[in-house]
Amino acid sequence: MKIFFSILLTAILTNNYILSKFLGICPFLGVSKKLNTAVGMSAAVIFVMLLSSAVTYPLNTFLDKHDLGYLQTIVFILVIAALVQLVEIVLKKYIPALYASLGIYLPLITTNCAVLGVTILNIDNGYSFSHAMINSLGAGLGFMVAMVMFAGVRSRLESCQVPKFLQGLPITLVAASLTSLSFLGFTGLVENMFA
Amino acid sequence: MAKQKSLKEEFTKGIVKENPVLRLVLGTCPTLATTTSMESAIGMGISAAIVLVCSNIVISALRKVIPQKVRIPCYIVVIASFVTIVQLLVKAFVPSLDQQLGVYLPLIVVNCIILGRAEAFAGKNGIVASAVDGLGMGIGFTCALIVISAIRELLGAGSLLGHGILPFPAMTIFILAPGGFFVFGLVMACANKLAEAGGGKKAELGGCKACPMASSCEKLAKGEDCEKEKEAVK
Repeated sequence: MKIFFSILLTAILTNNYILSKFLGICPFLGVSKKLNTAVGMSAAVIFVMLLSSAVTYPLNTFLDKHDLGYLQTIVFILVIAALVQLVEIVLKKYIPALYASLGIYLPLITTNCAVLGVTILNIDNGYSFSHAMINSLGAGLGFMVAMVMFAGVRSRLESCQVPKFLQGLPITLVAASLTSLSFLGFTGLVENMFA
Repeated sequence: MAKQKSLKEEFTKGIVKENPVLRLVLGTCPTLATTTSMESAIGMGISAAIVLVCSNIVISALRKVIPQKVRIPCYIVVIASFVTIVQLLVKAFVPSLDQQLGVYLPLIVVNCIILGRAEAFAGKNGIVASAVDGLGMGIGFTCALIVISAIRELLGAGSLLGHGILPFPAMTIFILAPGGFFVFGLVMACANKLAEAGGGKKAELGGCKACPMASSCEKLAKGEDCEKEKEAVK
């Protein structure tokens, strides 16, 4: 039980996928302008991360068994792309309410490196299936925490006077740097908590 | 396509005018993640450039065969194949680089520069032009990575390419995550300033044309975000 919490908290706080692993920066900068789009995008990411980890993990075992480990990258990205399409179609047909809130973000997630990243890291870290699922959940939640926090920061930024040469993306990146700095404060937290 | 642009122009635009990192704002994840040292930045730049050139050539050669509707999955398969090749080569010949780049090596697959160029250029232009475009973009990517990593390594580790230079203690924060965002932001501000002096436009995210997923993003754009961003830019 302890290890579950340790993995979960590590993925959310100390090794936040956006702020310390730099995975999924594009949506982080692109979709974080408003709180509700940030939440919608993150919810879709959590959903797809869990789903694709659940599918790619057994697939990788299969590949390894047949000595096809070198196909990992191709298989993973194709599975994720196909899965996202499938989910989109299924949602559209059967759960239109959910589709209305998550649907528009789904196609954007195919090329989100956080999703492919989490599936590959699950394998690289040698997690068991349950640990991999917990890690994916943590990664998704961490994504959401970072997105929501940053949406708040950005809304404050809108009303600020920014020097002309920093306007737009540069000041956003500097703000991201400060947000990420605050997450550095969690370093060592998880190790000590479960020591 | 008529030859309205010379090959030289195709080549140089990727390095300066349409630098993928600093002007088009593509491929931010590897830019931030692999610029902790110049060595890994150069490794990442070259690996991505190789994938970019090869996939541009193949995609442009196949552009008349690939049906319009399934082009993105086709592009992804081509790109993923080349990434796997590069991955295996790096693992075999430069294992230390493989250790440094870690998960970011397979993640070249989802580097938006590569898919973006496939969609914006290689799918519409001839083989030679695409190869040159890929080479220019690859070199532009590598140059941007080298600039950012040089600053970060010098300030954060006090060294360049592993050789200690700074006489005073280094500020480790620069090779940690916040330093990455910070230096990238400042380098981009400088690039904006230079571009302004040269009469160019500012770098903007949501330059939706540059993004490979622009077509699927249209729904999102129609409603809110991108439209508003465009207005804000004006």
